[in-house]
Amino acid sequence: MYSKGKEKTWKFFVLLCGLLMIALPIAIGIFLAVKGNALFYQYHHTLGEFLFTTTWKLKDDLVGGGKGGAAVFIVGSLIVCGLALLIAVPFSLAAAIFMTEIAPKWGTKILRPAVEIFVGIPSVVYGWIGMTVLVPFLQNVFHLKTGRSVLAGGIVLAVMIFPSITTVAADAIRAVPVSARMAAYGLGATRWQVTHQIVMPAAQTSVLTGVILGLARAFGEALAVAMVIGKTPAFPKGIFGQTATMTTVIASRMAELMEGSEAKAGLWTIAFILYLISLFFIFLIHIIAAKGAKKNK
Amino acid sequence: MSEKKATSAKFYVHDLDLFYGSFQALKKINFQIAANRITALIGPSGCGKSTFLKTLNRMNDFVEGCKITGDVQLDGRDIYTSGMSEIELRQRVGMVFQQPNPFPKTIYDNVAYGPRIRGVHRKSELDEIVETSLREVGIWDEFKDRLNKSALGLSGGQQQRLCIARTIAVHPEVILMDEPTSALDPISTMKIEDLAVEMKEKYTIVIVTHNMQQANRISDTTAFFLLGELIESGPTQDIFLNPQNKKTEEYITGRFG
Ligand SMILES: Nc1ncnc2c1ncn2[C@@H]1O[C@H](COP(=O)(O)OP(=O)(O)OP(=O)(O)O)[C@@H](O)[C@H]1O
Ligand SMILES: [Mg+2]
Repeated sequence: MYSKGKEKTWKFFVLLCGLLMIALPIAIGIFLAVKGNALFYQYHHTLGEFLFTTTWKLKDDLVGGGKGGAAVFIVGSLIVCGLALLIAVPFSLAAAIFMTEIAPKWGTKILRPAVEIFVGIPSVVYGWIGMTVLVPFLQNVFHLKTGRSVLAGGIVLAVMIFPSITTVAADAIRAVPVSARMAAYGLGATRWQVTHQIVMPAAQTSVLTGVILGLARAFGEALAVAMVIGKTPAFPKGIFGQTATMTTVIASRMAELMEGSEAKAGLWTIAFILYLISLFFIFLIHIIAAKGAKKNK
Repeated sequence: MSEKKATSAKFYVHDLDLFYGSFQALKKINFQIAANRITALIGPSGCGKSTFLKTLNRMNDFVEGCKITGDVQLDGRDIYTSGMSEIELRQRVGMVFQQPNPFPKTIYDNVAYGPRIRGVHRKSELDEIVETSLREVGIWDEFKDRLNKSALGLSGGQQQRLCIARTIAVHPEVILMDEPTSALDPISTMKIEDLAVEMKEKYTIVIVTHNMQQANRISDTTAFFLLGELIESGPTQDIFLNPQNKKTEEYITGRFG
């Protein structure tokens, strides 16, 4: 039943949730900034050292004086995520096109639910399967000392982000009006021409958003990557080499270090950088969306 | 299939049956569409006008469970059984839809799309096609300064004329129009009607319309459909002034129902 009091309570509740949604990420950002800053202010490292040198030997005490170069982890993250994207995007686009344009019936009935199941699988499972199946497989096929490698990390991440990119891309493709397709068919276009000249350009903006969301997920994934990448704090020697990423170094060291120590501060700094990167991705998505909206005016 | 030569008919349709699954949407249609004339298809909603129109350029191929029997010949060649590709067919038989449906591209790219997919890529050649096509539909002066603007920013009437320009850019022989003015205001409608009349010198036009005045004003031949059957067809004046079938008379005088 309608009552003024009830409505007021609801309004208040909704407002509260809204405020919380805004406040929480900001609070987390501030928290990370404060924690991460200790490396620079308390332990006197420079941003240049952090970004561009490669020795990561911070002291687990309150005195400090270690070396805080995170370049390996930053580059490691970039390489593994880039590789994951390189592997996942073509498959995702092909799958999305297949389930919308080529076999739409089959696509919605079977493929889509199948792909959605993938999204729900926890990352530790991906990592575990990667460790027990993929790593030995790479080792045998390429005659490596160990299959733990950048390639293994890239493949595992690719499998993990493939479903989300695929579903977003498929939705985007499906949202392209049938009338535009019919116009092209009516002019004598082939299915391939319609797909890549009409449908894909129209879906481009949303597809790109899906790709960036996938990339953001890849950047943030720690566990599964840590299990297959080898966790060697050095630049990888090719795609079969081992390295470490920003998330793997945090995941593997955070428990053992003392709170307030130089080494812990270093991890907080890395966490803060990850936060900034995800902000950047969100920013990027908004720019792309705004551009897409303008183009369609 | 017999390859009967239909005299000067552009399209020759013989005993055409069309099924959507088990539902028969067209029943034994026998009809000829004269070249360089405007043929109007009229009839109440759901009688099969669009369905018939779409058999002429095989747009029904996209409808799952659509089955067609009978002959549909274009210049004496069966479009379903002679091995003519849909690609070739649709270039020769273009289509303008009920809702204007420009691509989300620039005005230029909309008109250039058809020529491009047939392998025309030289800039000068494309420029010329775009200009002549837009001139032909009378919107060159209106559009020449904004060829690189998105077509989606145009008014409905402008979009529809752009879609006509896009269709003629591939030099079709026949243009199918499915209620091309039903989404437009009276002035845009008039422009498109005038355009259709001008265009029949070069093209054979088949137009579906719910507007009796429109059919009367612009068409040479009128065909009246009812429940999937072609009830009556003939010179437009005869159909409107002196219909042979009672149902036709009821329909055109608005006493239908
Ligand atoms: N894709 C389809 N699948 C099944 N039945 C269809 C399909 N398209 C049309 N029909 C049916 O075929 C019959 C003819 O439809 P059609 O669209 O050709 O009618 P129309 O004369 O163009 O009507 P309108 O004036 O409303 O556009 C209708 O009964 C319709 O329900
Ligand atoms: Mg119709």
